[in-house]
Amino acid sequence: MPKTIKILGTGCSKCQSMIKVVKDVVTQHHLDVTIEKVEDVIKIMEFNVLVTPALVIDDVITIKGRVPSKEEVLALLTP
Amino acid sequence: MFDWLQHITNWLVYEVMSLSKGEHLSEALNFFIYDAIKILILLFVVIFFMGIVNSYFPIDKVKNYLSRNKLYGLEYLMASLFGIVTPFCSCSSVPLFIGFVRGGIPLGVTFAFLITSPLVNEVAIGLFIALFGLKTTIIYVFSGVLLGTISGIILQQLKLESYLTPWVQKVLANAQQEQDTFIAEKQTLSQRFPVIWKEVKSIIKGIIPYLLVGIAVGGWMHGYIPEGFFEKYMGKDQLFAVPMATILAVPMYTNASGILPIVQVLIDKGIPLGTAIAFMMGVVGLSLPEAMLLKKVMTFKLIAIFFGVVTICIIISGYLFNLIL
Repeated sequence: MPKTIKILGTGCSKCQSMIKVVKDVVTQHHLDVTIEKVEDVIKIMEFNVLVTPALVIDDVITIKGRVPSKEEVLALLTP
Repeated sequence: MFDWLQHITNWLVYEVMSLSKGEHLSEALNFFIYDAIKILILLFVVIFFMGIVNSYFPIDKVKNYLSRNKLYGLEYLMASLFGIVTPFCSCSSVPLFIGFVRGGIPLGVTFAFLITSPLVNEVAIGLFIALFGLKTTIIYVFSGVLLGTISGIILQQLKLESYLTPWVQKVLANAQQEQDTFIAEKQTLSQRFPVIWKEVKSIIKGIIPYLLVGIAVGGWMHGYIPEGFFEKYMGKDQLFAVPMATILAVPMYTNASGILPIVQVLIDKGIPLGTAIAFMMGVVGLSLPEAMLLKKVMTFKLIAIFFGVVTICIIISGYLFNLIL
């Protein structure tokens, strides 16, 4: 089953950087995942995060409030 | 503390570049080099230190603490104090607001946090120490906390719940002293270090362009505008200088790191410190983009009241500073 990645953020610069990092990792390593941007605040709040951006992998919040490094994202995406 | 740096800068400007002392250009250049290096050193230290504190005091802990504990009136002060150590980028203000409301934290307490957090942040503190010295920094931090606390209490008294947007009111109705299953990561300092270091680098990288432009403009003014130039326009006896400066500042969204080096020079040239601090608080604490973001959760009327109360408090503290300093 491919993993579902959700990136929560209202579109600030940090959120853009997170999207870029994740996309880079996914293309570089040919990972089979679906990436979804969640920009609606009401939807973001369903995840109960206080700070954006947040990285959600298969409905589990893994990183919040900061931009992760590529290595970190890769480690989270590969079992 | 930075005498050594001044010596190096002097040597560089007067000896290496062989510019003569006391000229416009050499003084401006000297100011630029000295200020840029000093500010960067202090920023590094303060941001790094705050990063460590923040790593042990994440926002979730703060929320749970405020949500769980009955503090008999001290909650405004606590929220305001937490605002110092927990920075958040302005785009997080909406999720933060909702999260606080959902946790059953009173609106006024939430406001206290939202006001102090941007006002007293690690970048502002670093810049203040570098530009105005420790005493002024302590006064600034103290008044920032007081401002958040008092504004929070006032906003709570105004009973503004009905001015929230409908979906937030629904959230409010379902609010509870919920405890998120927040599991603090058990990490040693050395494990935290890379993350903190990365954050420090990214903050510095983000503000460096503004900072350098600000110092360059400041350096130019330092060298070319005569001493006491602004005294007659914005001196202490100009009654309306404080409100003017504040109201001018609120819509400005210049990065604080760009504006502070310029303000330092303005003070040198005769603008009283209270007026300058009011101006800076207006720039740092309130901004139009933030107001636009808050429209998601607040009606226009509430945003106006929020900004109005904070603006008035800033103006009052500006007058107070001019009186006591």
